[in-house]
Amino acid sequence: MPRSPSDSVHDVAVVGGGPAGLAAASAAAAAGCRVVLLDAGAAPGGQFWRQSSDADAHRDGLPRDRTYARLCTAVRSVVTYHPRRTVWTIVVAAGGFTLHTTGAGGEGVFRVAAVVLATGAFDRQLPFPGWDLPGVFTAGGVQALLKEHGVVPGRRIVVAGTGPFLLPVAVGLVTAGAPPAGVFEANRPGRWPLELLSRPGMPSLRHMHTDGDARDLAGCVAARAAEAARYVGTLARHGVRVRARHAVIAAHGTDRVRAVTVARLGEQWTVVPGSARTVECDTVAVGWGFTPQVELATGLGAATRLDADGSLVVTVDRRQRTSVPGVFTAGEINGVGGAELGVVEGEIAGRAAAAELGRAVSWPDALLRRRYALLTFARAVHRVYPVRNGWRNWLRPDTVVCRCEEVTAAEAAAAVDELGARDERSVKLLTRTGMGWCQGRMCGFAVGRLVADGAPGNPRSVAERPLATPVRLGELANGPGPAAAAPGSADDPAEPGQKEAG
Amino acid sequence: MTATFDFDGRPVPFRAGQSIGAALIAAGVLSWRSTRVRGRPRGVFCGIGVCFDCLIIVDGRPNVRACLEPAKERLDVRRQDGSGHAEITV
Amino acid sequence: MTTSSPADVIVIGAGVVGAACAWQLARLGLAVTVVDRGPIAGGTTGAGEGNLLVSDKLPGPELELAKLSLRHWQRIGETLPDIEYDRKGGVVVADSERALAGLTRTAAAQRDAGVRAEPLTADELAGHEPHLAPDLTGGVYYPDDAQVQPMLAAARLIAAAAELGARTRPGLEVTGLLRSGDRVTGVRTRIGDLPSGAVVNAAGTWAGEVADMAAVPLPIEPRRGFVLVTEPLPRVVRHKVYAADYVAGVETDDATLQTSPVVEGTAAGPVLIGSSRERVGYDRTISVQVLRRLAAHAIRLFPVLAGVAAIRAYRGFRPYSPDHLPVIGPDPRAPGLLHACGHEGAGIGLAAGTGRLIAQSVTDAEPDLDLRPFRPDRFG
Repeated sequence: MPRSPSDSVHDVAVVGGGPAGLAAASAAAAAGCRVVLLDAGAAPGGQFWRQSSDADAHRDGLPRDRTYARLCTAVRSVVTYHPRRTVWTIVVAAGGFTLHTTGAGGEGVFRVAAVVLATGAFDRQLPFPGWDLPGVFTAGGVQALLKEHGVVPGRRIVVAGTGPFLLPVAVGLVTAGAPPAGVFEANRPGRWPLELLSRPGMPSLRHMHTDGDARDLAGCVAARAAEAARYVGTLARHGVRVRARHAVIAAHGTDRVRAVTVARLGEQWTVVPGSARTVECDTVAVGWGFTPQVELATGLGAATRLDADGSLVVTVDRRQRTSVPGVFTAGEINGVGGAELGVVEGEIAGRAAAAELGRAVSWPDALLRRRYALLTFARAVHRVYPVRNGWRNWLRPDTVVCRCEEVTAAEAAAAVDELGARDERSVKLLTRTGMGWCQGRMCGFAVGRLVADGAPGNPRSVAERPLATPVRLGELANGPGPAAAAPGSADDPAEPGQKEAG
Repeated sequence: MTATFDFDGRPVPFRAGQSIGAALIAAGVLSWRSTRVRGRPRGVFCGIGVCFDCLIIVDGRPNVRACLEPAKERLDVRRQDGSGHAEITV
Repeated sequence: MTTSSPADVIVIGAGVVGAACAWQLARLGLAVTVVDRGPIAGGTTGAGEGNLLVSDKLPGPELELAKLSLRHWQRIGETLPDIEYDRKGGVVVADSERALAGLTRTAAAQRDAGVRAEPLTADELAGHEPHLAPDLTGGVYYPDDAQVQPMLAAARLIAAAAELGARTRPGLEVTGLLRSGDRVTGVRTRIGDLPSGAVVNAAGTWAGEVADMAAVPLPIEPRRGFVLVTEPLPRVVRHKVYAADYVAGVETDDATLQTSPVVEGTAAGPVLIGSSRERVGYDRTISVQVLRRLAAHAIRLFPVLAGVAAIRAYRGFRPYSPDHLPVIGPDPRAPGLLHACGHEGAGIGLAAGTGRLIAQSVTDAEPDLDLRPFRPDRFG
């Protein structure tokens, strides 16, 4: 029998089933906590270890990730797992926290003593003319279509934006038999070893710096360099060249994308005169880094900071503790750093949550050193792949900036120039940017940069989303009731020890 | 026999576990929504449930995220215009 | 500050009340400077629904101010573009014979005070609002209730004042008041002293702190309210619709949670759902209990909303005054200081009239209304 997606029998709730969440859940459970894992996804893995929905379709030939396999096993055996369950808010309750969730089984409420938030990130976007045409996808969207659904979304696909994530997307397309028609990286990735050497320190973590860290860092750099080289090599073998300092600055078409304008960029991403050319294509995969999902943490009042990439992230200490006692965060929510860092932070956060609840935990030195190395590397990556201000010149007055409410660049500019808006919250209240279905997740970064004249702006002012996901009013009014999930539905929780069907 | 759902009167095949949005894209359908203000065509953008651009009507329920909603046999899937709630306009 | 000449009037607060004051003062040819420690309309105004209501006011000074204000909002709506001024009308509903009897008595008294209030039978309700629950007992239609988009209204008023020479300094906090004997002669800021002939305290929920700088106590407190916002919808609610017990909730002195159903559509699509009132200081945490009640209330009035998603919720803090009347006019305890604050949840609606009365006070003109009920020194 399925049980109600509600309970108060767990000690720790982990939100998010990606690398950091799986690691946190596994670590807390290993330390003796009763753990519930609430995952918006359909299966453990998150965006990174996106499970193929087709059980026998590991066509990429890569060995199944060993860490992933280990964590999945742990989660299946010792953690209560709820797939397709989204937390819409968390409130501080007597002696702990109440998590309010929604999903196919209806409203569900979980009461726990400690919370680990590992809510991950989504592709950061910049508006450009035509970016709202069908056929323009986020890079992560194309990756999801490829890896989870086995769908190649077009025949002539252009990959563009900035960041190391563009490479695996391009390679994924090659592997799927659709080599990209072009890969355009707005920055100069060749510079990252220099960045790492020139500014190595992370002041907030300097106290952990030892020779061991340096060796960890070297290992990390070597592994990443080898991975990047593998990607570039694969692309080259299929005749795909990665063009640095180039960007898609416009997409063209009426009912769908038919072509893009690609241009060479100057130092601040201004278009080099005469460099613009048209590339015919039917699909664009574009991404400009990632935006962490912080709203559950900000809703709890957790302190935040601006990360090196301009993202609002949750501030944590060496034990992944936020400024709110009992609330821990791990993974991209603390700053975009990749799956490996997520696993390390998750293991620390899970241990820290268990320690908070009085469980005995060990703190392996290697784990803390590894985090330091990975954080140092992540910071270097952010410095290599910044978003420069020149993109604002790609906009036309009629370019839609907020996709949901269809607010144009001209309207956003008028709020600043004519109505005195000086921050993104004012632009939002005057023009409705960020007030639609996505609640500013797609336009927030860009609107902040537009209003603050290229400076980071005040992302916290629009990052508070008391409803982290839409909730039907009828569900909200009725509150938690008996589960409506039918027996055998995909939303049955997998109890500890329960073997997953199939 | 290939499993299908119904999209605006025509069968769309899907593979087990695929989302409605993925199945539509595989079938060559890129857009199934028109926006409220400018009537512009939209389909999947973020593909992971964040952007809400791929909203679609499933068995009479408007504003379902096609990128997340699992495709199932015999679903009645229809394109969505505007808010998707035209029937309750006063 | 050495770079500019002294202002005739400094307005503290760039919310809708301060904006209306600045615009009215600038229209009289006065040199006005608006200062605000935050952005334009960053406080209560930015969290407001923009109601311009007479329906929720009992006969008395607040209703007279509301009527004056409505007339001025209509003029502003005709003068300034794009503030989404809409004479949508209000419908107040009752769900019992007892509630209807009370509502009918209120409406009769309001009619005697010059407010248009048309009784509606249960059957007539459906003609005004087709989606209303069929089991409601009856209601009253108030054709004069109107709405503006509050942020746009404040920003446009400030922009219009600027065209008449007014200056605005967002992000500039007033840290003290300049005094000459008892007299208030300007404000102190981090960029220096700004002298002025008069200072208007339009600081919303922080008005008490500004008054403290002049050592003239003013018991203004924040009163928290939540609003639920639905997904974008076509027009499903035509008017501002609320339950007869809403007025009781506004009028109570109880600090604990009061909720009362208020539902209205917006030009942009979403339906806004209120209302809640509780005095909990500036506690910004979400209250799931309040959100659940708001949702249940809204569905009680409009069952069709049960299947609609809430996509956003926000909270704001109304400037509450103990006797539910705003504080408007010169402070006899501190000559040169005027107050325009304490409007609670009616600040958008009452702003236009307040601005007019402040401009009249500053210029020693005969005010349109008797200011005695609003005087600053009336509190114990």
